[in-house]
Amino acid sequence: MTTKMMGAKVQRVEDDRLVRGTGRYVDDVAPDALHAAVLRSPHAHARIVSIDVDAVLDVEGVHAVWTHEDLEGAMADPLPLLIPHPTLTHGRTQYALAKDEVNYVGEAIAFVVADDRYVAEDALAQIVVEYDLLPAVVGIEAARSGAQLVHDDVPGNVAARMEQSNGDAAAAIAAAPHTLSLDLHIERSACMPMEGRGTVARWDPDQNRLQVWTSTQTSTGVRAAVAAKLGLDLGQVDVITPDVGGGFGVKIVHPWPEELLVPLAAQRLGRAVKFTEDRREHFISSAHERAQVHHVEVGFDDEGRVLGLDVRFWHDHGAYTPYGLIVPIITSTQLLGPYKPGAYHVQFDSLYTNTVIVTPYRGAGRPQGCFVMERTMDAIAAELGKDRADVRALNFIQPDEFPYDQGLIFQDGRELTYDSGDYPAMLDKIKELVDWDHFEDFRAAKAAEGKRVGLGLACYVEGTGVGPYEGAHVHIETSGKVKVATGLTSQGQGHQTAFAQIVADELGVRFEDVEITTGDTRRMPYAVGTFASRAAVMSGSAIHLAAKRAKEKALRIAADALEADIEDLEIVDGVVSVKGTDSSIPLGTVAVLSNPLRYAFDEASKAATQFNVGDPTKPPVAEDDEPGLEGKDFYSPPRSTFASGMHAVIVETDVDTAEIRILKYAVVHDCGHLINPMIVEGQIHGGVAQGVGGALYERMAYDESGQLLNASFMDFLMPYVTEVPTSIEIDHLETPSPLNPLGIKGAGEAGVIPGSAAFAAAIEDAERLPITAMPISPSELFALRAAHAPHAQESK
Amino acid sequence: MTEQTHEIRLNVNGVEHEAAVPARRLLSDALRHDLGLTGTHVGCEHGVCGACTVLVDGQPMRSCLMFAVSAAGHEITTVEGLARPDGELGPVQQAFRECHGLQCGFCTPGFLTTITAGIAENPDPTEDEARDMVAGNLCRCTGYQNIVKAVCRAAELARADEDGAA
Ligand code: FES
Ligand code: FES
Repeated sequence: MTTKMMGAKVQRVEDDRLVRGTGRYVDDVAPDALHAAVLRSPHAHARIVSIDVDAVLDVEGVHAVWTHEDLEGAMADPLPLLIPHPTLTHGRTQYALAKDEVNYVGEAIAFVVADDRYVAEDALAQIVVEYDLLPAVVGIEAARSGAQLVHDDVPGNVAARMEQSNGDAAAAIAAAPHTLSLDLHIERSACMPMEGRGTVARWDPDQNRLQVWTSTQTSTGVRAAVAAKLGLDLGQVDVITPDVGGGFGVKIVHPWPEELLVPLAAQRLGRAVKFTEDRREHFISSAHERAQVHHVEVGFDDEGRVLGLDVRFWHDHGAYTPYGLIVPIITSTQLLGPYKPGAYHVQFDSLYTNTVIVTPYRGAGRPQGCFVMERTMDAIAAELGKDRADVRALNFIQPDEFPYDQGLIFQDGRELTYDSGDYPAMLDKIKELVDWDHFEDFRAAKAAEGKRVGLGLACYVEGTGVGPYEGAHVHIETSGKVKVATGLTSQGQGHQTAFAQIVADELGVRFEDVEITTGDTRRMPYAVGTFASRAAVMSGSAIHLAAKRAKEKALRIAADALEADIEDLEIVDGVVSVKGTDSSIPLGTVAVLSNPLRYAFDEASKAATQFNVGDPTKPPVAEDDEPGLEGKDFYSPPRSTFASGMHAVIVETDVDTAEIRILKYAVVHDCGHLINPMIVEGQIHGGVAQGVGGALYERMAYDESGQLLNASFMDFLMPYVTEVPTSIEIDHLETPSPLNPLGIKGAGEAGVIPGSAAFAAAIEDAERLPITAMPISPSELFALRAAHAPHAQESK
Repeated sequence: MTEQTHEIRLNVNGVEHEAAVPARRLLSDALRHDLGLTGTHVGCEHGVCGACTVLVDGQPMRSCLMFAVSAAGHEITTVEGLARPDGELGPVQQAFRECHGLQCGFCTPGFLTTITAGIAENPDPTEDEARDMVAGNLCRCTGYQNIVKAVCRAAELARADEDGAA
């Protein structure tokens, strides 16, 4: 019997090449390529008076220098607004190369192609741009005041105002026995994959085709954008996504200016051209996320049950809106988490600022939403003097209430209906993991040592596996090897392994015989991308369905060959046999039988020539059949599936220095059935590290003129091993999703979502003073202590 | 104006290479682009992330902070040189696989070289020492817990090698 792979801790197949240094990232391909570099705006807001590129042509080794004037047709138009939500009334996007005006430090102005990157950068230094400086709008307060405008034609800097409600929240709050209001802030951070962006393109004049390698989360999206902008047919453009050194959201944006300029240069110059972003460029010209300011009004009863919740928030989306309103829509809906307030109203403004654009960063608006809701739960518990876990439990959606309709529309335009979950069981698990009930003893023991500790809890629900679809193609070779292609990309999630596990189970073949290709439009041109924890749900399901089709065909042909009933057949280790007999046929041979051939070019094809196989009175390929042993299918869900989780953290805040140390971190997580627990736990570890970063360290330090002061790894602090919990206690709960054949939910972003909420709660618990803004540094905590000290004196 | 180049010999993974490079060419770029050894990755180009770490005469060095010309005459080891002579994975590589110490794999070569030098110096690290060993390298994917495990496992595998050889 083949061992079942689904649910097993299978070691990753991708690792062999990656640990040998033989992985292929974008910058590793096309060693003969010319190199591009981009001149970027040094000003946050300015009109371009003139650009003089004459001196560039004197630099030896320069092949091209372009400004906006050198672009034609669709390339000279603004970049696409990818998700034009109807409430986005004032959407704006930038040009591939700035036309007349720049709106953030880092905006692309000129593009140079040279023999190597050193020469290209020399050439950039020869370009002279004359600017007419304009006032910069930096931060939500400045944007909200509307005193200065980012875009002249966008009043109040408001790109969108969106509102949703379920019930009459204002009335419910007015009638509630208790009310509270809170103001809560989260700062900007960024995905910061270790590999920045990169694109390589090669134009093949003999085939009239363009080949593009790019470090993206969506090969098909880049393909469509490149074709549209360069005036090519889709069929002339291949996009290949090789190994990707992390994405975390930033690589879903497409096209980046360079993703268009590089292919155009390859076409115009007839040479392979490469752009490899450097780290400073990544800071100032890719994308950030997170910055939001929230105001909460909540009404609740004596027990802590939320009767009405009203949230108004302001989202800083930077200078342009290429990715629409996804982030604030997610905050506004996912904020509800596992709870069911009596009535809910939410409204947000999405605001322009003269800073880098905002697009989803792992968690995508959920860390903010979770922070708002969990801070509210803690505030209610504090107000009533109740246990924080009890207040949460009282507000949970109950297991028998699924599917649960929150009465809102989610980011995918579908109803926000949770498919499955068991929040009370989850709460029990997390309380046990972190020893919730005995924390006061621990606190007392620590206090006796002169130490200050605090415990925080945060719960979230995550809509994962958003549509519209993914597809897969499964091909069983005559060798018995199985080649599988799915269109979405992989940026470290171990797709080759997890997907091969699914195929091995469904087809009954050896795991080692399955090879998965992702993100290559030549192999699967229909796909969406890898983001929003959707890969396992979407492509996993599609692969399962495609394998099922291949299996059906294999069994049909094998039944014929073995003169048996399909029901009597089984496939084990790649061999189809009649159960309980010696009668069997390898899948590879079934593949041979599936393909009547004329020419015998090897042993397998010799067996497949039409003279040896089939009924001579019928056509070699039946009317409703196709040659070959293949299966192709697509999976398209009615709506998202909802994973959930709870994190608890115990921190120690240094009595003297206000340093925040993590003593314990615990995670309970429900992503339905696990494909590979090792990979899921790895995703949680990585997510928690990003959560720690978001809560304690990462922020984009803009000055008032819009200069990013910490655009390096020296100054933008990401966690090293010294900043993360030494161990993370993890427990899984599996409530299978009824929406897909494998019962799975996404797991990619889970680890990061409750980070800021859990740390804020723990620090508040340790310090006994309200924590309303994250991240929090030791010096900020120190300042908070000082600010609250007089009150502490008074109350004594 | 033509940039002046320098003829240098680089000994990488026991193989002598010749290259003509400008004085300003970084060792990381020379390895990747002149020699085609793309296993060494560049994550920041300012010496902070450790992705580009290679061994220079056995010592971990940021190849983005070193000029190719100054590496001439030294023995350089990159990730491509960490496998065993028979092609099997070396102990640190093997440990990373076993412990799920990598996800996207971009930071991995820098960790592998750093740890190779680390366990050569301290063949039996405690967990704290293992953590110290990798404290200068950034990884955005794994959360590090499995990397620390991999350090301890790598040391164990390397010790087993030593015992086998002894
Ligand atoms: S690339 Fe050299 S340390 Fe980051
Ligand atoms: S594995 Fe992706 S950065 Fe370390």
